[in-house]
Amino acid sequence: MLDKKLYDMPHNTDMAWCPGCGNFPILNIVKMALSELDIPPQKAVICSGIGQAAKAPHYLRVNYFNGLHGRALPPAIAIKAVNPKLTVIAESGDGDTYGEGGNHFLHTIRRNPNIANIVHDNMIYGLTKGQASPTSEKGLKNPLQPAGVIIEQFNPLAVALACGATFVSRAFSGDIVQTKEIIKAAIKHEGYALVDVFQPCVVFNKQNTYQWFKEKTYYVDENYDKTDKLKALEIAFDLERLALGVIYQVTGKPTYETLVREGDAPLYETKTNQKELENLIDAYK
Amino acid sequence: MKRFSGDISLVFGGAAGMGVRTVETLLVAVLKREGYNVFACKEYMSRIRGGSNSTSIRITNKKRTAFVNRIDFLFAMDRDVIAHLQERITKDSVVLGERERICPSTDGLGRVSDECCVIDVPFARFARELGNPIYTNTVTVGVALGILRADEKFFEEYLREHFTRKGEEVVKNNISAAQKGYAFGKHIAYHEGIEVHLTKNKAVANEILLDGTKALGLGALAAHCNYISSYPMSPGTGVLTFLSQHGKDFGIVVDQAEDEIAAINQGLGAWYAGARAMVTTSGGGFDLMAEGVSLSGIIETPIVVHIGQRPGPATGLPTRTEQADLNLVLYAGHGEFPRAIFAPGTSEEAFFVMQQAFHIADKYQIPVFVLSDQYFLDSVKSLPRKNLQNVKSKNYIIKTAADYKRYVLIDDGVSPRGVPGYGEGLVGVDSDEHDEAAHITESDAVRKAMHEKRLRKMLGVCADAIAPTEIGDPKNANTLVVVWGSNRGVLEEALEILAHDDMAGLHFCQIYPLSKKTKKLLAKKKIVVLENNFSGQFANLLKSEYGVKIWRNLLQYNGSPFAVEDVVQRLKRLL
Repeated sequence: MLDKKLYDMPHNTDMAWCPGCGNFPILNIVKMALSELDIPPQKAVICSGIGQAAKAPHYLRVNYFNGLHGRALPPAIAIKAVNPKLTVIAESGDGDTYGEGGNHFLHTIRRNPNIANIVHDNMIYGLTKGQASPTSEKGLKNPLQPAGVIIEQFNPLAVALACGATFVSRAFSGDIVQTKEIIKAAIKHEGYALVDVFQPCVVFNKQNTYQWFKEKTYYVDENYDKTDKLKALEIAFDLERLALGVIYQVTGKPTYETLVREGDAPLYETKTNQKELENLIDAYK
Repeated sequence: MKRFSGDISLVFGGAAGMGVRTVETLLVAVLKREGYNVFACKEYMSRIRGGSNSTSIRITNKKRTAFVNRIDFLFAMDRDVIAHLQERITKDSVVLGERERICPSTDGLGRVSDECCVIDVPFARFARELGNPIYTNTVTVGVALGILRADEKFFEEYLREHFTRKGEEVVKNNISAAQKGYAFGKHIAYHEGIEVHLTKNKAVANEILLDGTKALGLGALAAHCNYISSYPMSPGTGVLTFLSQHGKDFGIVVDQAEDEIAAINQGLGAWYAGARAMVTTSGGGFDLMAEGVSLSGIIETPIVVHIGQRPGPATGLPTRTEQADLNLVLYAGHGEFPRAIFAPGTSEEAFFVMQQAFHIADKYQIPVFVLSDQYFLDSVKSLPRKNLQNVKSKNYIIKTAADYKRYVLIDDGVSPRGVPGYGEGLVGVDSDEHDEAAHITESDAVRKAMHEKRLRKMLGVCADAIAPTEIGDPKNANTLVVVWGSNRGVLEEALEILAHDDMAGLHFCQIYPLSKKTKKLLAKKKIVVLENNFSGQFANLLKSEYGVKIWRNLLQYNGSPFAVEDVVQRLKRLL
């Protein structure tokens, strides 16, 4: 267990989140998770896209790749393959991960890289001031759709399961201990791990509030069979009662890094086999 | 009586799937082994079966690397190729085809043109006699070798090498097919009075045979590329395929990306973590990568992107050639940041320039582009092994100290690059404007300083720019013909044919930034720029960089490479 202070930024760090934002507890939980798992800042990399959630890596001491909107997952895949000894976390919001980054979401899951994908799901676009996100409920009134969202709500858990995700979970930023345990499990999981973290957006989402989440959510119990995919899908399709916890996990599936390369030495340590290259060139005689 | 001396053009054409490519591969390899200078260049349709594709194989005394319109021998593997290539068939062309294939009617081989010589050659019949139409290609190559009076033994050796794994029966049949074809070829040559005089060179026999794709692929290996993520797109896919085939032997991570946006973002993630990554694509795929290019610019993370150009806009002609993406590559990615662009014109340049691209990308932490085109990627030629030059690689990654700052403001603009997990420090990169510690900033003063730091790197990139190749005597000639990328061979040959003291050439294998020497070379000259696009993109770049007047633009944008004859004619009119 490492000292949690290792991850703390200087006291006067300006944090660009609104008072009461769910991002604060999630940030704290990630620091606790890393410290409890003995992962020092130097050995962790957080990849994020753009949005309020995606600012998270700036607010703890860690290596980070804060890239483009929707594009946190591709760099995460590459970083993990290049240096498998690093703990790689992809962390962004629901719009970034499921909207702009939708294609990467689908195909990253198929690869099963050993990364934890923490999605701050506040069911709205916060930084751009209140438009609907893919996970917004149908009917949610917002600046672009004054009559309410007219299309189907995106179901990340169901989609992840359909793509073959080996770890699917949901959490709630209001429950610190439980969320911390879920995120720790996700980081420890050997393969792609989705943690869709519900959080309120106090400024722009007046519908899915802290209270709303408290009432709608429940935890799957300890006897729940995490390996039952059909049960997990059933749970994922239930929009009335929103399950929290690890709803699906299988182990033993090969991770992408083990499929695309040998060993786990960082690629900056390897040198081209000159002899091999000479032989290859000679083969073109 | 037909006499061919020093330069012969053999064209093979047929429907996709008939084996045009196979014939090219076999013939070119065998001729090179015997010591002939060969240059093969293919054109093909965007389909898997049917249509009409052809390959033009030149055999020359002097090494040549340019396309000619002239067809000395057309091996018509089907009927459609004749109509397809009719512009290139003249009374001096000899057309060889199988009666039953190229003209089913009983009145003999239909008239291709009233004057040219048409010869009935039983390619497929011979194959059937050996039990399988699959031997048709071997017969065809045999016929060609017979006409050329080449040495049979090289072909038999090659067939043995390549078909041993399929069993002795297959080897034997192929050799018989070759012999049948060869005997017939010799017979035709004798009967029609065809004489071919070509010199062989022992040195050529020991050369290596490469197309542009392989030259670039080998260059990437020599550059220690160890990561590639790409989405297949003609004609850029070949480099991806090449690196995947050798991935295991060279420890390269090969990823087939779900889209081009993933590809470039993976590449940047890979470099961030300490790998050496490249991406390969074509214009349309590169369009999608623009934001990624911009990302590279602000996070100051290297990336090498190969773009195999083809005619656009949009889908355009997927399998043909053009040089119209220069402007795209020059300006892609919103905002301002340094970049470099290379455009090799020979296999040696491709091998060298790919290494240089990785070196410059790494040294200056910028996006670097390598532009090629379908004509370059698919042309096959031989070169001496020793011509492949290695670029000395240097390691630019540092071990980070505890107080490491990724974007420290520094004189030459190049902040030392650490990678995560290597040292005590933490490495962050940020697509927002950022301070020295890579954290988001809105300070206009920091923005100004950071922006200037990034753009200051351009001074170094310019200092390292490769000077153009001089063809002939550009210092003393009054008219300079300027080319870039794949047009080096055609210009060299055209200028040699014209042999005019007052006209010389310049070839640029680095097109951005331009070497300092360029200004002096262009000063006070009549400048002609020859390129495969409509707007004269490189001419415009020279104008905007140096304020020079362009005297003439020689342009072509029909999907085909410049032919030597056309360039000679067009340059002659300028003299």
